[in-house]
Amino acid sequence: MAANTGFVTIGDAEIEVTRCGTGPALVLLPSEDMREANGAFVEGLARDFEVIIPSPPGFGRSTLPDWMTTVDDIAYVMLSLLDRLEIGNVPVIGASLGGWVAAEMATKEPRRFSRLVLIDPVGVKFAEPSARDIADIWQLSPAKVAALRWHDIEKGKRDTKAMSDNEVAMMVRDQQSLARFCWEPYMHNPKLKHRLDRITAPTLFLWGEHDGIAGIDYGHAYSKLISGAAFETVADAGHYPHLENPGATLNVVRAFLGGASR
Amino acid sequence: MRAWHFTEMPYPHYPADEPFTRINLPNKHFDPKIGADLYNRYLDEYMIADELGLDIMLNEHHQTPSCIDTCAPLSAAILARQTRNARICVLGNPIGHRNDPIRVAEEMAMIDCISRGRLECGFVRGVPYEIYAANTNPTETGERLWDGVDLVVKAWQAVDAPFNYEGKFWHRRSINVWPRPYQTPHPQIWITGSSDIETTKRVAERGYVFANFLLPHEKVKSLFDAYRANFVERGLPGGGGVAYMPLVHVAESEAEAVKGAEELRWYLTAPRSEPHLRNPPGYAPINANVAMIRQAEKGGGRAARDSSIDQLRDQGILMCGTPDMVVKQIKRFYDLVGGFDHLLMMDHAGFMDHQRTVKAMTLFAREVYPQIKDLPRTQPVRDARTAAAE
Repeated sequence: MAANTGFVTIGDAEIEVTRCGTGPALVLLPSEDMREANGAFVEGLARDFEVIIPSPPGFGRSTLPDWMTTVDDIAYVMLSLLDRLEIGNVPVIGASLGGWVAAEMATKEPRRFSRLVLIDPVGVKFAEPSARDIADIWQLSPAKVAALRWHDIEKGKRDTKAMSDNEVAMMVRDQQSLARFCWEPYMHNPKLKHRLDRITAPTLFLWGEHDGIAGIDYGHAYSKLISGAAFETVADAGHYPHLENPGATLNVVRAFLGGASR
Repeated sequence: MRAWHFTEMPYPHYPADEPFTRINLPNKHFDPKIGADLYNRYLDEYMIADELGLDIMLNEHHQTPSCIDTCAPLSAAILARQTRNARICVLGNPIGHRNDPIRVAEEMAMIDCISRGRLECGFVRGVPYEIYAANTNPTETGERLWDGVDLVVKAWQAVDAPFNYEGKFWHRRSINVWPRPYQTPHPQIWITGSSDIETTKRVAERGYVFANFLLPHEKVKSLFDAYRANFVERGLPGGGGVAYMPLVHVAESEAEAVKGAEELRWYLTAPRSEPHLRNPPGYAPINANVAMIRQAEKGGGRAARDSSIDQLRDQGILMCGTPDMVVKQIKRFYDLVGGFDHLLMMDHAGFMDHQRTVKAMTLFAREVYPQIKDLPRTQPVRDARTAAAE
């Protein structure tokens, strides 16, 4: 698949943007896993759309200005990026952290988005203070976290021995940036829950049936906060269904976006 | 050379069948009656150190039986009143984890006044697993340490009028610390460091004492050299000096000293922490993490916990033996690292009882200390670049 990557200057940040495919524009906001630019999911989307994948500040090759510390900051940078690229009335897909970013963006500029697909998004908290909505990926061991994230943990593995020092450094940096944005409040913005009713775009929530990071009940409760949102599950998948079961995820996403692409 | 008595105030009496992990060992295993005895015993030993002519050092950790001094300012306040001569070093205040640095400035100023100017005020970034107890964002602890230190110093020095502060981490409309510290302009500041040369230079630039703990002499030398060289480059005179902490045990025979050293070694071997809690994201620099991943691919490295008594003694992490042997080990270390000014002695750990602790401390004070007291204060050194320019 032919993809091209460039940089766009937004204020004091350099944002990495990967584009692939042809057709109407579609924005894919990657998860913290940052493997969205490759694989069957993006290839499937690229058959119908020009898929635009921006790396959030501090992720991939995007720079991270000192002052950016919240997912709210990421959302504003991404909105400025769409301004710069002159993309309006566009469908957005966001997964996990990317889903949170997409939800933040859509509360700020609701009319900018034609469709919203949120795949196992984080970003809100429902439970009482001492109950966890989202598994604590920093308190648990990496082996336990992998088991919660992936239905088949083999699919989540990375062979660092086959990676260059630069690639390993980028992976480490992605993890550090995730902590910078999501350490406290843990994986959520207490305000977001009260703003989600501003979203006007038809919205689809997709949830991996075996997501151990944030369960299906959490997903359901999240979807209820956006008026008219649909909720579907993906079999044989954990927290990243688009990476773990791209075929099934694509089928649902294609059906939902059909009206947007044609 | 000044010598300092130090214990982490351990609570070693958790059940033998419980894995001892920092942060997560349930506190049902803490018996307050045993704890009460331990606190009072450890404070008594600090008072004995004072009577023996030693200085005293305190620290704090959280959520761990390896150290039940969870609030160094509290123990320092008690000892400020109960000791007479010892200098009292809090090493240190985890300022980045304290949500109110001005409160720390007040606590330290008060202790300095009660002790009539015997406080040495240390600040630390905090060990990695401490992040999980404090919840501080691990990507910000370095920045918070320095912002916090600068704010405390400013609060101590701004004596003419209240000032406001609106920084990245803290906001105050009116800062006006009563009391002022007893020492003018303020107590000597100490900062710890174990790897980062840039931090070391920063400590030197400000004339603070630089301290490190339980490291092999090659590593200590590289850090001390960076500290001392920076004085010359910045044109600063003298400076705060450097401090080093080994495990120390003195006894009448070598065999007895090794027994004591084995008890001290508890500190290196008993407290465990889960690997990921030792490396929260953003605490260590990216290149250090890449190196760790590469090391893990090869099967990992050797930790101090796996070293023998002889290996530890050779590295200078442990100093033990008869008084004359320990004098020799201190002088050898002094020569290997280019000199140091403060011997911070972890001379108690784990299950070591009161009798052995006091016996070793007494022997040190009477027979070792007089032989090292006059080791010359270390001086700034010229590094190659400065020397070439002259």
